[in-house]
Amino acid sequence: MIPAAFDYHAPTSLSEAVALLSKHGDTAKVLSGGQSLLPLLKLRLGQAGHLIDIGRIPGLEYIKEEGGMLRIGGRTRESALERSEVVRTRYPILLDTAQVIADPLVRNMATVGGNLAHGDPGNDHPATMLVLGAQVVATGPKAERVIPIDGFFVGLFTTALQPDEIVTEIRIPAPPARSGGAYVKFERKVGDYATAAAAAFVTLGASGLVERAGIALTNAGPKPVRSTAAEKLLTGRRPDAAALGEAARAAGQSATPSADRRGAADYKKEMAGVLALRALTKAVQRAGGR
Amino acid sequence: MKIDTTPEVSGMGHSMKRKEDPRFIRGKGNYVDDIQLPGMLYMDIVRSPFAHAKIKSINTEKALKIPGVLAVITGETLAKYNLHWMPTLMSDTQMVLPVEKVVYQSQEVAAVIATSRYIAADGVDAVEVDYEPLPVVVDPFKALEPGATVIRTDKKDKKDNHIFHWEVGDRAATEKAFAEAEVVVKQDCYIPRIHVASIETCGCIADFDRVNGKLTVYMTTQAPHAIRTVFALVAGHVGLSEERIRIISPDIGGGFGGKVPVYPGYVIATAASVVIGKPIKWIEDRMENLQADSFARDYWMKAELAAKKDGTITALRIKTLADHGCADAAANPSKFPAGLFSICTGSYDIKHAFAEVDGAYTNKPPGGVAYRCSFRVTEAVHMIERVTDILAQQLKMDPAELRLKNFIPKEKFPYQSALGWEYDSGDYARALKLAMERIGYPALRKEQAEKRARGELMGIGISSFTEIVGAGPSKHFDILGIKMFDSAEIRIHPTGKAIARFGTKSQGQGHETTYAQIIAEELGIPASAVQIEEGDTDTAPYGLGTYASRSTPTAGAAGAMAARKIREKAKKIAAHLLEVSPEDLVWETGKFSVRGAPQRSKTIQEIAFAAYTNHPQGMEAGLEAVCYYDPPNLTFPFGSYICVVDIDRGTGQVKIRRFMAVDDCGNIINPMIVDGQIHGGLSMGMAPALMEEISYDENGNVQGGSFMDYLVPTAMETPSWETDKTVTPSPHHPFGAKGVGESATVGAPPAIVNAVVDALSHLGVTHVEIPMTPERVWRILKEKGVAE
Amino acid sequence: MAMHTIKLTVNGEPHEATVESRLLLVHLLRENLRLTGTHIGCDTTHCGACTILFDGQPVKSCTVLAVQADGRQLITVEGLEKDNKLSAIQDGFYQEHGLQCGYCTPGMMITGTALLERNNSPSELEIREAISGNLCRCTGYVNIVKAIQHAARATKQETP
Repeated sequence: MIPAAFDYHAPTSLSEAVALLSKHGDTAKVLSGGQSLLPLLKLRLGQAGHLIDIGRIPGLEYIKEEGGMLRIGGRTRESALERSEVVRTRYPILLDTAQVIADPLVRNMATVGGNLAHGDPGNDHPATMLVLGAQVVATGPKAERVIPIDGFFVGLFTTALQPDEIVTEIRIPAPPARSGGAYVKFERKVGDYATAAAAAFVTLGASGLVERAGIALTNAGPKPVRSTAAEKLLTGRRPDAAALGEAARAAGQSATPSADRRGAADYKKEMAGVLALRALTKAVQRAGGR
Repeated sequence: MKIDTTPEVSGMGHSMKRKEDPRFIRGKGNYVDDIQLPGMLYMDIVRSPFAHAKIKSINTEKALKIPGVLAVITGETLAKYNLHWMPTLMSDTQMVLPVEKVVYQSQEVAAVIATSRYIAADGVDAVEVDYEPLPVVVDPFKALEPGATVIRTDKKDKKDNHIFHWEVGDRAATEKAFAEAEVVVKQDCYIPRIHVASIETCGCIADFDRVNGKLTVYMTTQAPHAIRTVFALVAGHVGLSEERIRIISPDIGGGFGGKVPVYPGYVIATAASVVIGKPIKWIEDRMENLQADSFARDYWMKAELAAKKDGTITALRIKTLADHGCADAAANPSKFPAGLFSICTGSYDIKHAFAEVDGAYTNKPPGGVAYRCSFRVTEAVHMIERVTDILAQQLKMDPAELRLKNFIPKEKFPYQSALGWEYDSGDYARALKLAMERIGYPALRKEQAEKRARGELMGIGISSFTEIVGAGPSKHFDILGIKMFDSAEIRIHPTGKAIARFGTKSQGQGHETTYAQIIAEELGIPASAVQIEEGDTDTAPYGLGTYASRSTPTAGAAGAMAARKIREKAKKIAAHLLEVSPEDLVWETGKFSVRGAPQRSKTIQEIAFAAYTNHPQGMEAGLEAVCYYDPPNLTFPFGSYICVVDIDRGTGQVKIRRFMAVDDCGNIINPMIVDGQIHGGLSMGMAPALMEEISYDENGNVQGGSFMDYLVPTAMETPSWETDKTVTPSPHHPFGAKGVGESATVGAPPAIVNAVVDALSHLGVTHVEIPMTPERVWRILKEKGVAE
Repeated sequence: MAMHTIKLTVNGEPHEATVESRLLLVHLLRENLRLTGTHIGCDTTHCGACTILFDGQPVKSCTVLAVQADGRQLITVEGLEKDNKLSAIQDGFYQEHGLQCGYCTPGMMITGTALLERNNSPSELEIREAISGNLCRCTGYVNIVKAIQHAARATKQETP
């Protein structure tokens, strides 16, 4: 499989990259890790006149906790998340997520920014970022702007990014005390998109009741699904089996998956609920709730 | 097994490290796509998006305008030379390129020849084909209904989609046995379409030399000699005479049967090279490989088993419909349109049996047996091992006990089966008992009972299979009339080293090592000093190739027999050197010595030197031999597998916790290599049981046509296989060996299915179809009210 | 057609090539540089037959553009052997029958090499996870796991 011809640009600064994007408009695509984009081009399912490779712009790969936030550079490789000490110790939900994306070789190229910017509801980071209340920093011709994750995913393969914007950073609020998150994915094999997957993040109050809950699903609709109904059900309640079960069922109800080789819609919907329960249970455990 | 040679000689039974590995671990293998010839051009193929459609026109204008695109070959181009159709290996016919219509999705429609593979791909994009869709026949049952759309309109008198009816056994006696049976169990079973998906796809470089009229084709083929003959038969009328065709099969990146057929791409590239006069490389991509190349299975079986209340099986009846796609290209021996399906009585002493198989055309790619399957043995074993378990379930007997009760006892070998085979040797009870002991069967049953009480789903499944491999006796077996013998030619050099060539072709089985070990065993020449060559039709003796676990039973035997011819001559030379009569000499590994005077001896190396320097008067110089070995019977390897599964009640996912495989393939040449074959075979048994499937929607669109959805297991889905063995030599094979490459693929699937059914048996489940995907299992859990 | 001149180091040797934008790195290696040990087995970034070390990390060279390799350090299977001595991974594959047809082997060995760089005593599960982006159809992975374990033992003995 051979991609159709395109032109390639390797800017060495953000401003140069953004200028190239502005110049070439719709015919340009940002090449970050390339692990989704290049297969699309090879299969000739997608076309690009110009690839703007951001791989040579310094300062886009980092993971650091700063000002009450975890800051992840837009071009940070998934494998860097897996190996990051701060991620392993402070953000286990991010580790859960990174280590089930595609396969280990793909993760050495694939980037966190790319995973979000592709707008693929089958990608794993969106659900996790939704429950973490992340912010996406986009840099365009004017300046950078901060897009709250809840407004980032617009539709199937579409995000709030403008054609001339690049994801330069992802910001995640540092976890409060007594909080925990988990991402659980059910896949047919390593390298597959999720049949169903769920992210959960809970913060418990001093009394042991759920103060804040985040529940979101992967591959459960045209865009990543955040189940506010499930979150509401859980908030203010003791996170016992009954409460988690109710919330998980509500999460499953919020899924609108479509049938494919992974399963019929009804099966995937049920699986969304099953996976939501598993993610919630693990998240509560990590929050020290059980 | 007794080992007679030193590690330096490394004859039979040594786990010699592989002679082929030094090149592979250095990246110095030589696969087809690694070969670059001067002036080489590239071919890429335009394929049909429709499963059944009339071709109204093909417009090549835009493609030909692309700089670097040299030609676009269509069916019309080939029709000028009458090369647009070719025979299949089952004497059916198949299109090379269509002139009228396409009959499956992804069928070859035209080929672009260009100066690079990138430009060829651009050319493919630019070819415009105007199709008129025709009604599509996907379901083989509907294909046989009256009034069904006829697919093979090219066949003048063909008014339906029926290919063949084949039956075996005594129908009347079987019916009587069923009428008298105390217990009858029945089961329908579908074995889906699957694809070998060797990691190297198929391809070739066709190089026609106009000056001397010689065609050399480097090709991913498991059967180079047969391919040469097919080429000569197909293209003889345009001047390609067999002595001017050379097929070279270089290193092959996995075959498993997928590299036996002749694919249209080979023929088109060859025609293009003849017309253009330059070497043409064609390498298919993975999607082409999965969507258009030969498949396996697609068998719809209905089985019935009759028994007494005490569990004694009395009769078996199976009716099968085989979906062959648009042509019968199954590469079975020609007398056996359903291959060796009549091994379906399995490991059991069943007095009466009857089996019938019908073949149907559908709008799918052709094929049928390409998945490490010994000619339909997988289907047969799946069915008998399933109904045996169903019988045990119905009688509330332990499945191991039922098997032990019905096994052909070891004293009964050679055993005549109800469907006409003479099983050479076996000790089935020993293999099953060893497997039960190794896995701790009683403890597992106890654990299962405890888990079941807690609502957990755990199952234990057994499969006690009998394989039938090594085709074959030439009186029964041929491909396109060519008898299924195989060959070896050995030359001993003056310094006592050797080169040997065979008619087979390794695709990873390690022939360069194991064949050398056979010769080492027979002649005492160290295996490291025996060079093995295969795959070049200009140098190797004629043979039918490597598939259906036939290499050791046929070519391996030929190697031993050729070596024994050499030993006979060596004896005469030794007698001459030692000035004694040949009758006074005794052979022990590597030397002849005088009976009663062992200090007087000549080594094979001394004898070899004498064969060129001091041979007896009246004897021809040299020390070499050829053998075309025609086996007196097939070999019947067997084994017992036990699988333990746990089922996730939330998702329906089946996890293999343990899998114990006890195999018996007779005497073993290289235990390390046999173990490796079993590991690989088990993985290719597990894959279709749990994950792999190619299916078609109602419009004939292929589902599972890329590695996105064709789920080849990774190391994470594959369990850590456990293996053991028993050794029951074949009485008729020169060194007591049997084939083994496919045993595990044949034996594993029913063990896994039986384990899953066992996990659910207390819920009244008696059968689960494959692949046992999480969704399929979950639906059962849901129906039975046990889904989490 | 957009052409680019790139410079890269492959197995310690500098190379310069003028390539089309769309040229895949695996084709640069196999066809321009004639390093045919790196193989191609799929179109969808699943099989890993094309795995190479890209600035020390194992990646699928069918899903990287040749132009992206400008200025990078690459190691292919041909670069594993040093001073006529097989690397620990190569020897492990040889000793443990970690290969059959040999087609996935270069990618497997590259992945194994990178794993042992990070972790010199991986568990079976860690090995299986590490090679889960490389498909093998012949071995059932059992002996590949053993081969990497063999290499891990040898590596530890060399550098205690």
